[in-house]
Amino acid sequence: MTDIPAHDLARKPKTRLRLFLDSDVWWSFRHSKSAMGAAIVLGLVILAALLAPVLSPQNPYDLAALELWNAELPPVWMEGGQMPYILGTDVQGRDILSGILYGTRISIFIGIASVIVSLLIGVMAGLLAGFYGGWVDNVLMRIGDVLLSIPIILVAILVSSVAQAMLPPELREAGIAIVLVLAIALYSWVQYARVVRAQTMVERRKEYVQASRLVGTPARRLMLKHILPNTLTPVFVAATLNFGLAILIEATLSFLGVGMPPNQPSLGTLIRVGNQYLFSGSWWIVLFPSIQLCILVVAVNMLGDWLRDALNPKLR
Amino acid sequence: MLAFLIKRSANAIFVMLSVSFIAFMIFRFVGDPVELMLNEQATQSQRDELRTRLGLDEPFIVQFGTFVTNAAQGDFGISFRNQQDVLGMIAERFPATFELVIVATIISLVVGIPMGVITAIRRQTWYAETMQFTSIIGVSLPSFVVGIGLILIFSVWLGWLPAFGRGETVDIGWWSTGLLTHSGRMSIILPALSLSLFQITLVMRLVRAEMLEVLRSDFIKFARARGIPARAIHFRHALRNCLMPVVTMTAMQIGGLIAFALVTETVFQWPGMGLLFIQAVTFVDVPIMAAYLCIVALIFVLLNTIVDITYAVIDPRLRGAEK
Repeated sequence: MTDIPAHDLARKPKTRLRLFLDSDVWWSFRHSKSAMGAAIVLGLVILAALLAPVLSPQNPYDLAALELWNAELPPVWMEGGQMPYILGTDVQGRDILSGILYGTRISIFIGIASVIVSLLIGVMAGLLAGFYGGWVDNVLMRIGDVLLSIPIILVAILVSSVAQAMLPPELREAGIAIVLVLAIALYSWVQYARVVRAQTMVERRKEYVQASRLVGTPARRLMLKHILPNTLTPVFVAATLNFGLAILIEATLSFLGVGMPPNQPSLGTLIRVGNQYLFSGSWWIVLFPSIQLCILVVAVNMLGDWLRDALNPKLR
Repeated sequence: MLAFLIKRSANAIFVMLSVSFIAFMIFRFVGDPVELMLNEQATQSQRDELRTRLGLDEPFIVQFGTFVTNAAQGDFGISFRNQQDVLGMIAERFPATFELVIVATIISLVVGIPMGVITAIRRQTWYAETMQFTSIIGVSLPSFVVGIGLILIFSVWLGWLPAFGRGETVDIGWWSTGLLTHSGRMSIILPALSLSLFQITLVMRLVRAEMLEVLRSDFIKFARARGIPARAIHFRHALRNCLMPVVTMTAMQIGGLIAFALVTETVFQWPGMGLLFIQAVTFVDVPIMAAYLCIVALIFVLLNTIVDITYAVIDPRLRGAEK
């Protein structure tokens, strides 16, 4: 794969990039068609979502840009379709493609945010529970057990509907995204916590931690600097798979009407709105956002599947 | 064994108490029930009287105690929206959800097991690879998108199957079933299919993994050496040894399916508990939300506990396994 002579390897300190390019993970990535394919598709979807303001023919949030006589136009390849509405328009004359690009942005944003929040909570809880054990461990893990013993979709629906009912009306608009992120994170932190806890319990007995403790390293530094880096591999895999799950849950909540509102539509909201026109013949309003959602989730999950196998030493 | 039983039951009770605490907290969080139940002209003394009658002037912990005692006896109060007994409303909707879940489970076993066997014994062929690849997609597809897709194809474009409702139902005692009428059977196909898709992929992957394991074992090699036909080896000898985990997983998944059916029920306007719950969420009808949460969690916890205990009965090693 690389032509660096052996003595060179031994002498030169490798750069991070070099380390990465020589790693098994990168090798396995380059030899997995599905991983490469998924990465390319995911990259394109994210890029298109980031460039939404540039790429979209229309700003779907700008009510002034909507023309009612352009309502329910079919996609361009069908009779009656018009440029620039490549994928057609909805009943308010909103361009479907623009709606999808902006909606993907919201879906991805909520997915990433909830993964980050649940990672923070989960890793902290796992470190504390694994490091201290005793009642800290008991309390944290019991909370996790209870959460996992209720189906995920119920927890998310209840949290987001109750929180939305509690928010004062003026905060509702801005608060919904945050509520959704918290509702999703509330459930998924348990998984990280369990993984990190198990790993921490193994690591804290090892000699390097004992040695570090002997020279008086404070507990916080022990946990964050010494133990944490050794627990991250499985967490990374779980985070990728949970990113897909988070997008799915957000879409489901929005579809059920307890997620993003129609004036800040995510992909799920678009599907919910389009679903009402399923029987009136305007199938494109619901079909294209659905396809985009599937592409996004499938790509993320395929990457996650590959990563799990690539980082699992047992499968090598 | 007795210790294990007690421990497991205590665990289940603890979880149920926590769930009912969450349900109780929803009541506290969402508005003041007195304000919700009285009209605006009510005087202060009327308010106070209702407050006393509902026990809302009691200390927090007493109120929670009352809630749990009532809930344990099946009394979840009356719906804010139409003043009916909550448990009765849920019981009326239960058969619809239960039939949907059972049909979906049967579909997932009937389709998933053969697919799992085929992908395990014909590993290198194109069709096994295709199935394996589709299963990743099957896990990722959101169930409501699958439902909408099925409606679009089979109801809107082809016009073969009904897209919503339950069709005609027949009452047997208090149970209403749609499985005995033609329209009822036609109506259940699409929702059950969309609910089972995820399950099919789960069963398939599990059977495949188990089969690959069993096929490597000595008794299979011996059966081959004896010249038993491949079909009999695969389907009689190997498959039988894979079914235990499949049965377990199916049992444990039923609770999840009942909860998850609420998405399918919304897509197909299927008149089950889930649809009732979603409507209650839209109208912030707290008693129904709380009751649904408790009942689904109860089914979930009961199934898990029963499976765990059955396992411990079958395999004594598991009894002491929990630290």
